[in-house]
Amino acid sequence: MAADPQAAKAQARAVTAPRAEAARQRDWLGLPRWAQGWLLPLAVLLVWEAAARAGLVSPAMLPAPSVIAASALRLLASGELGEHAWASFRRAAAGFLLGGATGLLLGLFTGLGRWAQRLLDPSLQMLRTVPLLAVIPLFILWFGVGEFSKGLLIALGAFFPVYFHTYLGVRSAEAKLYEVTRVLQFTRLQLVRGLILPAALPNILLGARLSAGVSWLMLSVAEMMGASEGIGYMIQDARVYAQTDLVFVGIVLFMLAGKLTDAGVRRLELRWLRWRRPFQDGKEKGL
Amino acid sequence: MLAIQGLTKIFPAPAGEVVALRDIRLEIGPGRLVTFIGPSGCGKSTLLKIAAGLDASYEGSITLDGRPIEGPSVEKGVIFQEPRLFPWWTVEKNIAANASLRDAAVRRRVGELIELVRLKGFEKAYPSELSGGMAQRVAIARALLRRPKVLLLDEPFGALDAFTRAHMQEVLLDIWQADRTTMLFVTHDLDEAVFLGQQVVIMNPRPGHIRRVVSVDLPYPRQRTGAPFQEIRGVVLREFEKVEEAPVPDPGAGI
Repeated sequence: MAADPQAAKAQARAVTAPRAEAARQRDWLGLPRWAQGWLLPLAVLLVWEAAARAGLVSPAMLPAPSVIAASALRLLASGELGEHAWASFRRAAAGFLLGGATGLLLGLFTGLGRWAQRLLDPSLQMLRTVPLLAVIPLFILWFGVGEFSKGLLIALGAFFPVYFHTYLGVRSAEAKLYEVTRVLQFTRLQLVRGLILPAALPNILLGARLSAGVSWLMLSVAEMMGASEGIGYMIQDARVYAQTDLVFVGIVLFMLAGKLTDAGVRRLELRWLRWRRPFQDGKEKGL
Repeated sequence: MLAIQGLTKIFPAPAGEVVALRDIRLEIGPGRLVTFIGPSGCGKSTLLKIAAGLDASYEGSITLDGRPIEGPSVEKGVIFQEPRLFPWWTVEKNIAANASLRDAAVRRRVGELIELVRLKGFEKAYPSELSGGMAQRVAIARALLRRPKVLLLDEPFGALDAFTRAHMQEVLLDIWQADRTTMLFVTHDLDEAVFLGQQVVIMNPRPGHIRRVVSVDLPYPRQRTGAPFQEIRGVVLREFEKVEEAPVPDPGAGI
């Protein structure tokens, strides 16, 4: 028992201090730990570059990293890269928002209402098992290859992870806390805002992170099935003209996009879930 | 006034019924601090749950100020064994809960309660940053904010270490002496029952019933080591020894 509030607070901080200490710690090679993850990619790039310069690999199959970087810079300077990236981002974002919002609403709906759960969940669980790529021909038949069709395909991919994890999260609200809300006479709205949503939030964010990943996947597929702009189109177009370096530029762009959205959701997690114990952060990062 | 008349609670079980409480009769006047003690299975927690309105399937009657208890409400504050705080809310928000901190009156009262439960400086802390005793004090403040007619405490300090527990008992007495909320305090700790209660209700299991009510006419703060305290402690203890000797006690020994 801490009679002195200040002492207790200092004690609470002391728990987190060793972790920060560990992050700064340097061990072999004198490298800080965060830099160690960069070792392998850098080594691969160096070997690759060397092999390309020595003429060990065909430039048509595996252009040197420096060549790829030069192409990327050229496209960036001409504005072409920006246009493709922006077109792709718009599609992915629209599909993700549509699918994610629908998933969130339906997940809340089935999580909260017993009859809604019995009515909807079995069907949705069944649809979830359909491989998304198998639906593409149907979408093309129904909606053509236009923007609508693409957006819908991405939305469909984004829907399931958010739906599923929202449903799970809503169900995870503790019975013991529910009893407290009864004693304190929470209204239905207060119950949802004070208990159910915050309890579900870690799951919802996890679902959003998975959905964002699926969105980029579906985007690349949708753009390769027919488009006139976008990173997927750029890759497909480069393949036709055997511009392998541009194919690589496209792949790297997708990689960056995926990484950035992931980092974005993680930032939200750190902000919205800061009430969690410090040592639980580690578990989150493992996901 | 909390009045309990002929209260019987039966749990259906696969092998016949389990009588959790049989014919409980008890009256607790306003401002009283009554402790309940007994071995596990004596129904003391069940009794509290019924008084809280969290369990509505019973026979007999239980009234608060003449009105039957129908469902949980803020009139009957409940402190559970665990603090049961909302982990995503700060201390002050947990105390306010569904009352708005933007309301000046609520704000002021929350501030007063934080001082009363000795948590000044922790207004913005999250439950994960609190010790068990501190968290339980937040739970007490949360209940007190609603100005309950009766505060029901179900082994609230059972999970705390001995030093924290002694400190919490003093905090609780401070609170009780400050605003004289009626308190029903369930415990399985003999010293705690005698240290806190104006009356100690001794309960027995199979079926759960009241064996005896012992009045503790000692002024607060009580000296645990003093002879009068030890004498009353002995009286209560002897009741338990009788229980061990007589597994089938006579039913319905009320006040």
